[in-house]
Amino acid sequence: MLARLATQRLLEIRQAFRQIPQTTRSFSTALNYHLDTPDNKPDLPWEFNDANKAKVKEILSHYPSNYKQSAVIPLLDLAQQQHGGWLPVSAMNAVAKVIEVAPIRVYEVATFYSMFNRAKVGKYHLLVCGTTPCMIRGSREIEDALLKHLGVKRNEVTKDGMFSVGEMECMGCCVNAPMITVADYSTGSEGYTYNYFEDVTPKRVVEIVEMLRRGEKPPRGTQNPMRINSGPEGGNTTLLGEPKPPPCRDLDAC
Amino acid sequence: MGLGLLASRALRSSRLLTSPSPRFSFLRPIVSTPELQNPEAAQAQPEAPPPADLPKRAPVAGARVHFTNPEDAIEVFVDGYPVKIPKGFTVLQACEVAGVDIPRFCYHSRLSIAGNCRMCLVEVEKSPKPVASCAMPALPGMKIKTDTPIAKKAREGVMEFLLMNHPLDCPICDQGGECDLQDQSMAFGSDRGRFTEMKRSVVDKNLGPLVKTVMTRCIQCTRCVRFATEVAGVQDLGMLGRGSGEEIGTYVEKLMTSELSGNVIDICPVGALTSKPFAFKARNWELKGTESIDVTDAVGSNIRIDSRGPEIMRILPRLNEDINEEWISDKTRFFYDGLKRQRLNDPMIRGSDGRFKAVSWRDALAVIAEVIHQVKPEEIVGVAGKLSDAESMMVLKDFLNRMGSNNVWCEGNGMHPNADLRSGYLLNSGISGLEKADAFLLVGTQPRVEAAMVNARIRKTVRATEAKVGYIGPPTDLNYDHQHLGTTTQTLKEIAENRHPFCSTLSNAKNPSIIVGAGIFERGDKDAIFAAIETIAKNCKAIRPDWNGLNVLLLNAAQAAALDLGLVPESQNCIESAKFLYLMGADDVSLEKLPSDAFVVYQGHHGDRGVYRANVILPASAFTEKEGTYENTEGCAQQTLPAVPTVGDARDDWKIIRALSEVAGARLPYDTVSGVRSRIRVVAPNLLRVDEREAATFSSSLVKPEIKQEMSSEPFGSAVENFYMTDSITRASKIMAQCSAMLLKK
Repeated sequence: MLARLATQRLLEIRQAFRQIPQTTRSFSTALNYHLDTPDNKPDLPWEFNDANKAKVKEILSHYPSNYKQSAVIPLLDLAQQQHGGWLPVSAMNAVAKVIEVAPIRVYEVATFYSMFNRAKVGKYHLLVCGTTPCMIRGSREIEDALLKHLGVKRNEVTKDGMFSVGEMECMGCCVNAPMITVADYSTGSEGYTYNYFEDVTPKRVVEIVEMLRRGEKPPRGTQNPMRINSGPEGGNTTLLGEPKPPPCRDLDAC
Repeated sequence: MGLGLLASRALRSSRLLTSPSPRFSFLRPIVSTPELQNPEAAQAQPEAPPPADLPKRAPVAGARVHFTNPEDAIEVFVDGYPVKIPKGFTVLQACEVAGVDIPRFCYHSRLSIAGNCRMCLVEVEKSPKPVASCAMPALPGMKIKTDTPIAKKAREGVMEFLLMNHPLDCPICDQGGECDLQDQSMAFGSDRGRFTEMKRSVVDKNLGPLVKTVMTRCIQCTRCVRFATEVAGVQDLGMLGRGSGEEIGTYVEKLMTSELSGNVIDICPVGALTSKPFAFKARNWELKGTESIDVTDAVGSNIRIDSRGPEIMRILPRLNEDINEEWISDKTRFFYDGLKRQRLNDPMIRGSDGRFKAVSWRDALAVIAEVIHQVKPEEIVGVAGKLSDAESMMVLKDFLNRMGSNNVWCEGNGMHPNADLRSGYLLNSGISGLEKADAFLLVGTQPRVEAAMVNARIRKTVRATEAKVGYIGPPTDLNYDHQHLGTTTQTLKEIAENRHPFCSTLSNAKNPSIIVGAGIFERGDKDAIFAAIETIAKNCKAIRPDWNGLNVLLLNAAQAAALDLGLVPESQNCIESAKFLYLMGADDVSLEKLPSDAFVVYQGHHGDRGVYRANVILPASAFTEKEGTYENTEGCAQQTLPAVPTVGDARDDWKIIRALSEVAGARLPYDTVSGVRSRIRVVAPNLLRVDEREAATFSSSLVKPEIKQEMSSEPFGSAVENFYMTDSITRASKIMAQCSAMLLKK
C-alpha cells in the first residue's frame, strides 16, 4: 500500500517536472539563420564610417596580410558599436569584404559568439549574469526587477529604444555576485563602454536604469557602499599589516 | 564498408565481457561492460602476447600504400599486427592498411580532417585517454588497439551522444538502409536511450531543387561544409551557432549553386541531406545497380544506374580515380528523369498533312530504302548525334560508305575536323594527369560548364599547388583564382609571340597545361588557332616525352570515338546540297541551309529538335538500354551496360542501320555486337580496350602542313549556354528544367 502510494507520488513529481517548458533558449539572439526585416536585409547599404575606417586599418595592421581573416572578431565588434549595438546582415557582409572571405565565414563567427547581437538591442543593453554564483546570489530577482521595471521580455527592446535586457554567462565577477553589465551604444564607437555593475540589488538596478535614462553615469564596479572593489565589506579583516616572513625559513641565513 | 564484420566483432566481444549479474539486470545499465566502469581494472589485465600465427588481414577497401621515399616508412602495431606505413599517415589510415575498419562520420579521405564526430576513437598504448584516430598522426612504434573494451566503450558513449538529438524516423528516412549512423548504431548503439529531455529540432533549409534537407537528422559532421568549400568551391554552407544550438546552414536564404551539389547527398553520413527527386521513391535495397558510363559530357564519369523494374530510380557515382574520383556532376546525377519523357517509341512517317503516323518497322525501312536509292550518292549525308556510341557510328559510316557517300560526321566536331592525329583532339595529359600541372592556360573553354569533373580536377590542383590559371574567353565564373587574359584571339596571338605577361608564368612552369575548348572546332579559323596554340606549347615546352600539356577538352560523349573512327565529311558544305539526311540522334546540327526537298530520317530516342524537320522517325534505345562503347575526352574507352528494357518498339542504333542496309540491298556483314566490334578492331582497336586509356603518341618532329589561315578577331564564344540542358535527354528532363530556372544566374 505504502509502496504504491510512493510510486504514485513519484510519478506525479515526474509529471510535474515534465511540464516545465524546455523549448525556449536564452541566447542573445535565438535564431541561427537570418530572416529579412525592413531594417535587416542583405541589400541595405552598410559601410564603416570614416573614423572607423581608420580603426579598421589599424586593426588589420595587427595581422599579417595573408591572414586578414584573423581580424574578423575585432571588426565585427567595431561594426556592432557603429551600428548601435547590433549587427545587421549587411554589416557582416561589409566585414567579409574587408577581410576577403566568403560571407558565410563571418556569419559562422557572428552566430557563435553570444556577444554579437544579430537583432536590434537598446541603446543600453543590460546583460544579467545567469551563471551559478550570481544565480545563487539572486540574479533571477535582478532580472525580474529589470524586466518588470522596463515592461519588456528578455531580448526585447523598450518602446523608446533605450533599453534591452539579455542574459549572459559568467563574466568572472563571482566575488561580487550578482552583477549586470551595461553595454552603452548610445554614443557610437567613440563613447562605447561596457561596464560592470556588481553587488546589485533589485532596487539598485532600477536606480541604475533610471540614472542611465537621465543620461547620468552611474559609478561602475561594486554598488555596495561598504565595499571597495572586491574587498570585503567594511574593510579588510586580514592582511592588515606587512605579512610576516615564513617562520620555517630564514632567508638571510642562506 | 565491412560494418557487418565490425558489428559481429562488437557483438562477440560484448557477449564475452558481459557478466549478467542479477544486481545489474534490475537496474538495466546502458553500459554492456560493467566491469569497465573501473578502467584501471581493465588496464591491469595482463597483456596477452600477440599469437604467433595471426590470421592474415586484407587492407580495407583495397587501401594501398605508396612509399614515395622508402626511408620515410615507419612501423606501427595495430591490434598486434605490425604495419609499415609512410610518415604522415594518420592512425586511422594505418588501421585501414592493417585491415581494420574504423567507424567514422566526419572523416572523409578526400576532405580535410575535422575530427569532430569522435566516432573513430581508438586506444593507443601509453596514451591516457582514447585518441581520435582520424586526426592523430601515427608515430613510429605506436601500439594501436582498435577492439579493446576501452575503445568500444568510448565509441558507445559517442554513439549515445549522437543519437541523443537524432530523431527516430528511420522508417520514413530516405537514407534508411544506406545510413552510416544506422549501420554503426547496430554495432555501437544501445537498444534504449537514457535521454529523457526534448530532442532538439532544426529548421530545414532550402538548398535548391536537388538536395532535400531534414536538418533535425544532422549530426554536425561538417562533411558537406568541407565539400562545398574545398571541392565544389562555393562557400555557401557553414556551421552556425554553438553548443546544442549548432546547425548547418547558409544563414541567409541561398540556394546551393554548385554544379557538384548532388555529391553532398552521398557524403552525408545520415539522412540530413538526401536527393529531392528521389525522395520517397524507393528503398535502396529494392534497386538493381548497373555499372555504366555517363554520356552527358565528354568526361565519361563512371556511374551506377539504380533501377527498379523498367524505371531508372537514381544515378550514383562509381569510384574511378582517373576520371571522376568519387564525384559526379548534378547533370549526370539528376538528368535520368529525361529518359522517361518525350520518348520515341514507334517508327513514324510524316504524312502529306505534315502529321506523323505510326507505322511498322518494315514500312518505315522500306520507305527510307526507296528514297535512298532515288538520290545521288554524294547527296546522302549522315550525322551522328552527341550521345552516339562507337558501334552505331561505325555502322552508320559503313552503311553510308556502301551507299557511295562519305559525308558522315559527328555533331560538335565541325565540318573539317582534324582526325589525323589523335593528340589533336584528346586531353593528352589525362584527367588525373592534370594534377601534375602547375600552370594552366584555358583557351575558349569554360570547364566548369563543359566538363564539371575536369574543372573539379583543375580546382583540386589549384588548391593544392597554387597553380596559376590564365583564361581566354568570355567572362565566366570559374570557381578558382584565375587571370582573365582576354576574350579574343588577339590575346592568343600575343602569348604566341611572347609579348604577353602570362608567357613568363607558362615558361617558368614545370608542367604547363594548355586546355583548348572543343567549341573552337566550329570556328572557321580553327587551324590558325591550333597553330598558335602549338607555338605556345613549343615556347613553354609543354610537349615533352614525359609530359604532354597540350590538351583539347571535348564537349560530347561521342566526339572522341567519332574522330577515332574517322567520321569526317568529304565536303564542307554537304548539308546545302543534301537530298537525303540521316540524323542518328543529332539534334544540334544547323538545318537552316538544308534544301526544303531533302528527305530527313531521324533515328533517336527523344522527340527533340531533330524531329521537327524529320520525314521518318526511327525509335532507338538510349544509353541506359544498350551496350555501347564510349571514348572519353582523355581517350579512355568505356562501356555502358543495359540497365532497363527499351521503350516501346525501339531498337539499338546499330541494329536499325543494319536492318536498313539489308532492306536497301547493301547488307552489312555483321549480325551481332561482337561482329560490329571486330569491324571496329580494324578501324580503331583502342576502342575495344575497355577501361584503358590509350594515350596519343606525339612526336614534335612531325612535319605538319603549313597553315596560311589568319585568326579572325571574333571573340571566343561559350560552347555550353546552359549547363543543365545540353542534349536531348537533359532537355527532356523536368529536374534539369527546374535547375536551369532556379540555379542559373540571369
